[in-house]
Amino acid sequence: MRILVAIVCFASLGLAQTPPGEAILKRVDQNMDSDTKVSVGQMRVKERREVRTIRMKSWLKGMTSSFTEFLDPPREKGTKMLKLDNQLWTYTPSTDRTILISGHMLRQSVMGSDLSYQDLLEDPKLVPAYEPAVVGEEVLQERPCWVLSLTSRGGDVAYHSRKIWVDKERFLVMKEDRFARSGKLLKTTLVNKVALVNGKWVSSEIEVKDALKTGGGTEFILEEVQFNVDIPDHFFTKAALRR
Amino acid sequence: MILFLLKGLLRDPSRSVFPVITVTVGVMLTVVLQSWISGLQGELVKSSARFSTGHVKVTTRAYALEEDQLPNDLALLGVDSLVRTLRERFPGLLWSPRIRFGGLLDIPDSSGETRAQGPVAGFAVDLMSADSPDLRMLNLGQAVVRGALPTRRGEALLSDELARRLGVGIGETATLIGATRHGSLTTANFTVSGTVRFGLTVLDRGTIIADLSDVQSALDMDDAAGEVFGFFADDLYRDDIATRTANAFNALVPGKSDEFAPVMVTMRNQAGLGQILDVWEYLTGILVAIFIVVMSIVLWNAGLMASLRRYGEIGMRLALGEARGRIYRAMLAESLMIGIMGSALGTAAGIGVAYYLQETGIEIGSMMKNASIMLANVLRARVTAVSYVIGFVPGLCATLLGTSIAGIGIYRRQTAQLAKELQS
Repeated sequence: MRILVAIVCFASLGLAQTPPGEAILKRVDQNMDSDTKVSVGQMRVKERREVRTIRMKSWLKGMTSSFTEFLDPPREKGTKMLKLDNQLWTYTPSTDRTILISGHMLRQSVMGSDLSYQDLLEDPKLVPAYEPAVVGEEVLQERPCWVLSLTSRGGDVAYHSRKIWVDKERFLVMKEDRFARSGKLLKTTLVNKVALVNGKWVSSEIEVKDALKTGGGTEFILEEVQFNVDIPDHFFTKAALRR
Repeated sequence: MILFLLKGLLRDPSRSVFPVITVTVGVMLTVVLQSWISGLQGELVKSSARFSTGHVKVTTRAYALEEDQLPNDLALLGVDSLVRTLRERFPGLLWSPRIRFGGLLDIPDSSGETRAQGPVAGFAVDLMSADSPDLRMLNLGQAVVRGALPTRRGEALLSDELARRLGVGIGETATLIGATRHGSLTTANFTVSGTVRFGLTVLDRGTIIADLSDVQSALDMDDAAGEVFGFFADDLYRDDIATRTANAFNALVPGKSDEFAPVMVTMRNQAGLGQILDVWEYLTGILVAIFIVVMSIVLWNAGLMASLRRYGEIGMRLALGEARGRIYRAMLAESLMIGIMGSALGTAAGIGVAYYLQETGIEIGSMMKNASIMLANVLRARVTAVSYVIGFVPGLCATLLGTSIAGIGIYRRQTAQLAKELQS
């Protein structure tokens, strides 16, 4: 009996130390939050035949507006993308056409990577879209993490459920599995490197793998990032695409 | 003896008219249906070869496994050199590198915004080289409805139905939105030089045909192509030569485990075409067998009726001492003559109807709106050498079989009863 009481007390103590999933998720969302962000990075797309490197520069305002210009390779140079709320346009200089990405085009991959345009349109804030539940703790890359299971609250989301590993101290998502309603694994994300920039922890090397695609996945490498930079409003207009 | 039997048949129409009509009708139906199936088969083979399979086709091994998805990321690289090799080693075939692709066709308004948009299936073929077999193989010259064939880089043909649906005219710009071989979204502008109609619903719904080099550039496929088609110069598929060619090519290719090594496949071994052709062969066989069985039953019945009517005649012949076997053989010979007459008449009538169907055809376009099979909108019969002889199989078999069954009654007649039967 004493043993049973001891176990119950120990378990209660453990539960008391675990913050509720909602609280963890809020911290994750807060960690991503910034007024503006300018970053330069590269994608290394590991195809079945070759590895391609694509460099780009992005300007972000809040969570809903972003402007990306591809810098390299020469074929993609000058291609631009604009995201405003839940709409996404792409501009190709060779045809001088601005195309709204919609319908089945949203499922197409961005520059052949393991990310789709739909992924770009997803609201990165998790709390409004998902019901969290803490399902365990694990050590990942020598960092203790909460393991959370997220289930869609019923809104319009690309992934019905997710399993995320959140760094207990930095509140960064270190690993993520995204699932369809059927439970089929669709995408995995693994953070290989983090960096402290202006007192903010950011993922600087991320590996994304589309589980439905052959190939070796895509590495996203953050080369430089600046937070709360003044970005003129005209950046986030369709006219900026043709400039 | 034969002349005697023939005179008997001609002078006594009640012995020959009904069986001859039965055989004629059966044979005519057999000939018409065989010609019809042959026409369908020929059309499917021709259309598939031109647009989908070639008589032989070279792709990478990986592409061949996922061919229905048009996986241009698994395309052949170094195509110029590959085509040169194919032309040197297999000069008996015409070689044509192609890219098949899918995407959206976007028609801009004056400010560059989308005015109309629709899905397209694309063919990239060599439209510019003088020695390209594609103009002839795709019958492009005759398929043009409006405008003209592309003569400059950056020009393309659209299916007429698609052009009308999107409201795009000759000389206007159409933007192809597709995916490069790396999977990146890509856009490419084309000037519409003309519109085409192939008479194949699956193509006429929404097709763009552009020059190979333009599409290579648009899809980031320089010196690459999804497929290299090989055609016999006379446009007739011969499976034995195609198989020998494919085996010879595949023996040349090293690195059997390399998924990107080229592999040659015959038309018969692509897209389940072999099975379709086999099923049609079986259908023709089953059709002939059904006619043999049905006509045999009818003619057996006719034989039985004739036996009843000729009951006295046969009894008399038996009473006069004629051997049963001789009478039986005489009846078989009579039926053989009826069979030959009926088959000849039926074949003549069947060939006439088949020729009519070959020339006029039957329009089925309205039934093919959602079809994905490469079948023409107007189906035609095809009269072949087989059409002239196939009717004789059921015609002769059925008459002989019917008479041989009905004639068994001759052997059941009791000689001792004949006098009594004849008296009555």
